[in-house]
Parts: sequence; C-alpha cells; structure tokens
Amino acid sequence: MNVFGFKISPSSAIDMDKVDRARFEELCRVEPDAVRCMACGSCSATCPASAFSGMSIRKVLLMLQRGKEKDAFRMMRNCMLCGKCTMVCPRGINTRHLILSICRIYDDKEGKQ
Amino acid sequence: MKEIIVIIGGGIAGLEAASQLLKLGYSPIIVEKSDHLGGHVSRWNKLFPDMTPAQDLLSELIMSSKDANIFLNTAISSMNRLKDSYNIMLSNGISIITKYILITTGFRLFDASKKEEYGYGVYDQVITNADLEHWFNNGNDGRIDNSQMNAIGFVHCVGSRDEKARNTQCSKVCCITAIKQAIELKERFPDAQIYCFYMDLRLFGKKFEDFYIKAQKDFGIHFIRGRVSEVSENIEGKVIVKAEDTLAGKPIKVTLDLLVLMSGMVCNPDSTRTAGMMALPIDSDGFLKSSDNVFHITSSPKQGIYYAGACTGPKTVPETLAEARSAVLEIHSHIIGKE
Ligand SMILES: Cc1cc2nc3c(=O)[nH]c(=O)nc-3n(C[C@H](O)[C@H](O)[C@H](O)COP(=O)(O)OP(=O)(O)OC[C@H]3O[C@@H](n4cnc5c(N)ncnc54)[C@H](O)[C@@H]3O)c2cc1C
Ligand code: SF4
Ligand code: SF4
Ligand code: SF4
Repeated sequence: MNVFGFKISPSSAIDMDKVDRARFEELCRVEPDAVRCMACGSCSATCPASAFSGMSIRKVLLMLQRGKEKDAFRMMRNCMLCGKCTMVCPRGINTRHLILSICRIYDDKEGKQ
Repeated sequence: MKEIIVIIGGGIAGLEAASQLLKLGYSPIIVEKSDHLGGHVSRWNKLFPDMTPAQDLLSELIMSSKDANIFLNTAISSMNRLKDSYNIMLSNGISIITKYILITTGFRLFDASKKEEYGYGVYDQVITNADLEHWFNNGNDGRIDNSQMNAIGFVHCVGSRDEKARNTQCSKVCCITAIKQAIELKERFPDAQIYCFYMDLRLFGKKFEDFYIKAQKDFGIHFIRGRVSEVSENIEGKVIVKAEDTLAGKPIKVTLDLLVLMSGMVCNPDSTRTAGMMALPIDSDGFLKSSDNVFHITSSPKQGIYYAGACTGPKTVPETLAEARSAVLEIHSHIIGKE
C-alpha cells in the first residue's frame, strides 16, 4: 500500500531530444511564416474563442514545436476561423491560413482526437 | 582658405559636429529647417541613464557651436554635383559650394494615431512618450489630471517591430524611456499602480538594467509580457487595456487613468527627400544607408557626403554624439590627406 499517497504521473516536461520535427518542417515548407511568431500575444488577446476555450495560435505554434501536438489539437478545435488574429499580428503572419495548413498537414488521426 | 562643411540638420548630431569642426579650424554651416536648434532633444526633459537635464546638454552644445554659420527656418532647395564638389541651393536663396556635406537630419517620431486600436487622439487619457516629456517640462497638459491618478500604463513598441505599421525595426530607446518615465511618474504619483506592457525588454545600454531592477524593487512597477491589442473607454472616462499576459498564458485587462504610448523612432521623410537629391541609397528600414554597418557607419557611398546620428537608424544621445565626432574625424583626415 502506498502510505504517502504518491502515484506516478507522466512527466509533463518537454524533452527536445525526443521531439519529432518532421511534420513541423513540412508545415514550414508551405507556411514559412510559422517560425516568425515572436510570442507577443496579440492574436490570443483578440481571439473571440480565447477567453472561454483557451485557444491561442501562439500556443499552438509553440506546442507543435515542442512535440505537444495533442495539446495543440485540443486547443485548435475551438477556433472558428474568424481571422481576427490575422488582422492584428505585428509579424504579418497569415494565422488563419496557417491554422488551415496545420489541419491539413498533421494527419486526420491526430486532428480528430 | 578655411574649408567649408555643410551640416544638414541642427539637432545634437549637427551641433556636436559643428563644435568639433570649429575646434579643428574649419567653417561649418548648419542648415536647420525648423526655427530652433537641438532637434528632438530640445523637447525632452531628463536624459537616461544619468537623468541629465536635456537643457544643460543643449545649452552646452549651442554654446560651443555658436561660431558656426547657422541658418534656421531653412531647407535645401536643390543639390547637384560639380567636378569635385557640391552646389547647394538653400530656400533663402543662398547658394553654397562645398566639398563636404554632413547629413544629420535625424529621425521622426512614429505618429501614434496611425495605430487606431490604441485610441491616440480619440481618448483623452491616451498620450505619447513625447507628450509626457513635454508635460515634465512645462506641467501643462489637460489630459493628465493630477488629482486622479490611480493606475497608469505604458505600451511598448508602438509603431516599432510592427509590419502592419510598416516598421519592422526596434526603436531601441523606448524600453529604457518607458522605464525611466514609469519611475518619474511613480515619484509624482506614489499611490498609482504602474504597468509596462512589453514584448521583450531591450535594456542594452550602460546602466539600463539597473533602471529595470530599480523599477521593480524600489518603485513596484508591474511588468506584463504581452502586446496591447486594444484600448477602449468606460463610462467613467477611464481607459481599459486588453492584452494577453503571455507568461500567465491568460487574457488580461486593466483599467487605467492614463496610458502612455511609446512611439518609436522611424525614418524622417525629410532625410529621404534630401538624400534623394543626391541619389543616396535608402536602407530597407527607410533610414539612410551607410556604406556598411560595421566599419563605415558614418560614410555614404558618395565621396564627401557623411552621416551622423539618428538619420541612419535609432540611436541614443551618447551614440549620436560619438558618431558626430567620428564623422568629423573622417572629414578631417580626408582634408589632411589631400593637402
Ligand atoms: C521619447 C524619446 C526620449 C528619448 N530620451 C533619450 C534619453 O533620455 N537619453 C538618450 O540618450 N536618448 C534619448 N532619446 C534619443 C534621442 O532623442 C536621439 O538620440 C537624438 O534626438 C538624435 O539626434 P539627431 O541630431 O541625430 O536627430 P534629431 O534630434 O532628430 O535632429 C535632427 C534635426 O535635423 C533637422 N532636419 C531634419 N531634416 C532636415 C532637412 N531636410 N533640412 C534641414 N534640417 C533638417 C530637424 O529639424 C532636427 O532639428 C530619446 C528618444 C525618444 C523618441
Ligand atoms: S481565426 Fe481562430 S484563432 Fe484566430 S481569432 Fe478567430 S477563432 Fe481565434
Ligand atoms: S500575433 Fe503573431 S507574432 Fe504575436 S503571438 Fe500571435 S502569431 Fe505570434
Ligand atoms: S526598445 Fe523596447 S519598446 Fe522600443 S521598439 Fe525595441 S523592444 Fe519595443
């Protein structure tokens, strides 16, 4: 019996040694702007879905680069493709188009989780 | 005969250059389009990092350059190249022949009303960094209501690092200016909560990081990492600022009595026009293009034409003064070499 009440939970740490970069690189070939985000947060601050669902294209881009695809997809399901984020991005990233490309490139298996 | 050197722009770069040229025995002519000397620094109050009164610096510069030939309210009408010199026509009808031109036309402050979402010119509680310096100087600005100052915000990177504003460059001086001004306001309004909304804090210069630590430790300034997305007004006439707090990963809002926009340093269209008369190249950021950005910042690709100060990009006062001296030395070496 575990008297201290500890249980083993999976590590939430990011292990860059294990990140599979292949699909993000594929994404970058069609969306070279994917790596230009400077994490300013303008997109999330403007996003009508953000306050309720936590959707943030900033976080999606980060998570895809850190091997946390599942978290990214869970978030992206809340996007309404309204395009407000694209209007405000100071780096001029077409975030709406980027979201569509992410959906297309990361295969359906994960996209539909 | 004393060599004539034409200095275009009577800001601190032009004044310092004139003063050094006089010491070396040359005849500088300053052409200044406005009605006063000193450029932007004449509008500032105290200068980082030592909190030197801007007026002290200016009086010294104006004093040491007073023997130069100075034309105020004067623009360049035309310039053309002769065999080994230039013929400059001034708007006052005077024409000058010279072998040496020093361009010190400086920068322009980004017009904050172009970022409509920040409400400059729409809401009374929204001012710029330059407006605040004015207020420090003359205490006269209807938008700053002394009696009611509970919360104040600073927005970094207004018109800088922004493709939508067509300025991708970092203006370099506004992070430190925001912190300097935040401290100055906290000294005047000790009970106010002060917030800086930043994307990155770029405190590259000598003593700048000390300002940051002081702002945190001694003045309790709140630093929020997120770019302000919109500003609106509530029924009490206060402004509400929205952003993402990117470190907390959550949307954030705060209600303020005063919002200060850190307008960036952008290229001066007057510089560009003047450079255009001599077909001088313009860099991708809109500023004048030096021969290169490592070894020859003060040289243009044209013989006899030099640059100093913020006409080639955002610079601090000490950097501007150093460039003015360096350009003068280059001109001097060139003249000596020919003798
Ligand atoms: C809000 C703010 C606060 C700042 N505070 C500080 C500080 O505390 N400490 C610090 O180190 N730096 C500070 N700076 C930076 C400082 O203002 C610059 O380093 C300095 O102004 C650069 O001087 P300059 O002579 O190159 O250009 P300017 O100051 O822009 O002067 C250029 C001059 O040329 C004239 N001119 C332009 N075009 C023409 C033309 N075609 N013909 C004739 N004349 C022309 C203009 O009228 C002007 O007088 C601050 C900047 C900002 C925006
Ligand atoms: S397109 Fe999606 S992510 Fe962008 S603002 Fe609209 S809902 Fe938010
Ligand atoms: S607005 Fe653009 S640069 Fe800013 S966090 Fe969003 S995607 Fe990145
Ligand atoms: S110095 Fe700071 S506020 Fe100014 S443009 Fe650069 S990062 Fe933005």
